[in-house]
Amino acid sequence: MADIDIAQQIPLAAQRPPVISTGVLGWLRANLFNSVFNTILTALAVYLLVVTIPPLIRWAFIDAIWDAPNGQACRGAGACWAFIGEKFRFILFGRFPFTQQWRPLVAVVIFILLILVSCDRRLWGRGLTLLWPAGLVLVGILMWGGVFGLPYVGTEFWSGLPLTLILAVIGMVFAFPLAILLALGRRSQLPAVRVVCVGYIELVRGVPLITVLFMASVMLPLFLPPGITIDKLLRAQTAFILFAAAYLAEVIRGGLQAIPKGQIEAADALGLGYWRRTRLIVLPQALAMVIPPLVNNFISAFKNTALVLIIGLFDLLNTANTSLTDASWQGFAAEAYIFTAAIYFCFCFFMSRYSQMLERTFSQGRRR
Amino acid sequence: MAGETAAISIQPRRPAPWRDPRLRGVVLQILFVALILGIIGFLAYNTTVNLRRQNIATGFGFLDREAAFGIGESLIAYTPADTYARAFLVGLTNTLYVSAIGIVLATILGTVMGLARLSSNWLVAKLAQIYVEAFRNIPLPLQLLFWWGLLRGSAPSPREAWEPLPGLFVSNRGILLPVPRGDPAFLWMAAAFAVALVITYAVLRWARRRQAETGRQFPAGWVGLGLALGLPLAVFVALGAPLELEWPVLRGFNFIGGTAFSPEFGALLIGLVIYTGSFIAEIVRAGILAVSWGQSEAAMALGLRSGQRMRLVVLPQALRVIIPPMTSEYLSLTKNSSLAVIIGYPDLVSIANTTMNQTGQAVEGIAMIMAVYLAISLLISLFMNLYNRAVALVER
Repeated sequence: MADIDIAQQIPLAAQRPPVISTGVLGWLRANLFNSVFNTILTALAVYLLVVTIPPLIRWAFIDAIWDAPNGQACRGAGACWAFIGEKFRFILFGRFPFTQQWRPLVAVVIFILLILVSCDRRLWGRGLTLLWPAGLVLVGILMWGGVFGLPYVGTEFWSGLPLTLILAVIGMVFAFPLAILLALGRRSQLPAVRVVCVGYIELVRGVPLITVLFMASVMLPLFLPPGITIDKLLRAQTAFILFAAAYLAEVIRGGLQAIPKGQIEAADALGLGYWRRTRLIVLPQALAMVIPPLVNNFISAFKNTALVLIIGLFDLLNTANTSLTDASWQGFAAEAYIFTAAIYFCFCFFMSRYSQMLERTFSQGRRR
Repeated sequence: MAGETAAISIQPRRPAPWRDPRLRGVVLQILFVALILGIIGFLAYNTTVNLRRQNIATGFGFLDREAAFGIGESLIAYTPADTYARAFLVGLTNTLYVSAIGIVLATILGTVMGLARLSSNWLVAKLAQIYVEAFRNIPLPLQLLFWWGLLRGSAPSPREAWEPLPGLFVSNRGILLPVPRGDPAFLWMAAAFAVALVITYAVLRWARRRQAETGRQFPAGWVGLGLALGLPLAVFVALGAPLELEWPVLRGFNFIGGTAFSPEFGALLIGLVIYTGSFIAEIVRAGILAVSWGQSEAAMALGLRSGQRMRLVVLPQALRVIIPPMTSEYLSLTKNSSLAVIIGYPDLVSIANTTMNQTGQAVEGIAMIMAVYLAISLLISLFMNLYNRAVALVER
């Protein structure tokens, strides 16, 4: 016993961890099979995938027909993507004169660029406030035409993706100032102003968008003096602005409520009046706080534009729906809706990811 | 001394009238109200002039006239010879029906998906995430049209109906389910269920009092569950188990028997549940994540099992975060049910739309829709506020 020299003991070779707890196997065990319940869940999920995914892939890719002269030749076990090839210009740009469709295309590109540029936080500031009006004017020139040798195209021919973007973007841009006024009014000291603003916000938020759209399309002509008519698109746009403003106002009110009272008192102590205090002290802080929910609001405004189908405007959803009525291409509803859904999804998914990123960045200072 | 007390009393100088905040406020409000009233008056005047020019009657007299249009599906008896008021009532019941079922199913789906996103099972969490991201980011009208196209256009004719489960048929005429044939025993079972509920309530109260006094627990929940299931079942067996399902059977070109959901109702319900469920999943997930991990650790340190930890510690705190946004999801589901007009399910808006087209009385029609939705919104928020007050933690 005594002759055991601890110092002379040969160190054991470093042992590798058991193969079951590292690598792919380890990961599988920790994430899929770490308990009986989870193993059952995994089995169920795998079964679900096995049942659904292969037929879907076969339908969408293997059996799909990519090229066909007409609908008859396109009928098979799989999807008919030739239908999309035939109709994608109609779905995207609808009834806009065929030879002029580069104009809405450029308009869509301008919208996307404007949105992308606005996403970069380094560029937030005065530059953007000049860029936006310039971009919108350019879109207007492209869509209407009538100047610079572009033939005039009435709003009744505007359709597809550009119409969807116009309704959403213009709706938000004009709803924003109205929403600020409503939010300020809701927190006003003057009871009459407060009652009117609360009434408006709660009324609009309590009813479905459809009723506001119906109101715009059916009742607005009744509201105006006889002889004055306004364009259908403008009516729908007005409805969108009025509807979005009520929801935006609640978001902005959240920001206003989060401003510490000390800020307002400090502004008062500096001798600022109500409007200067609001413009210089309160609003900049309140709006910065609610940017992520504002982006979320924009997403729902974008999705809500699909409702104009009900009052007969040709937005992206309605052009997709109309493309199904072609007698020589019957019965490809699933393909058309999947294509359209993919477009909506790209926009909304990008924006929701962006809003999540902003939320993370903004909460960094507050996180402990 | 006397000289010092005779200080000059400083009277605050009255500000000029246009600088007096109170006076200014009053004047501003009067101007504001006058402006609003002026606008409303202007619009109302134009409306009456326009209506007179177009020879459209005003008022709600049209409600007593014969509607003369058919309604595809209705929970209450209705024929085209009934009045417009009756047609509105049909629309209202259809709206409430689809919303109520939708709220229940969306809550279940959303809760399951929200919990699945938090699951430690990677595959389940990913699948739930794909579900949420996919359906949240596609407009509801598009989803409704898709489901409707699938049920109406792509589903086979009744002769070749799909049968995913025995007795459940999916065809382009709708979804058919077997229903139990009516029997007096069901009434007795319902009565037994009611009795079980009363006894359970009493047992719960007794168990809670005993635990407060002596600290000894009683499995009141299990007893209640056993009573609620066991008593009706006992009655059922005692009366000779008269269960006879009425199966849908193909006769000629269509099914008879069973209970049927039209493709419109099916598409609307599926669309609403899947769309709203994806939002509810996020709310549930956020609510549970909002309860700090320390709470769970403290519960574990007290020796609570995982079920008790969830039920007694995590859920009560998560519900406080979950309830308010959940309320607004319920409200938006109810409001979104108005999209039924796209696929032709006869809800309130679609019937009001038909009425407005027939009578031209747009103002009254829209006013009625708005009144109904406002009332529903107020009721749901009232109910949810009461519930919220019940689950809110009592603070000092």
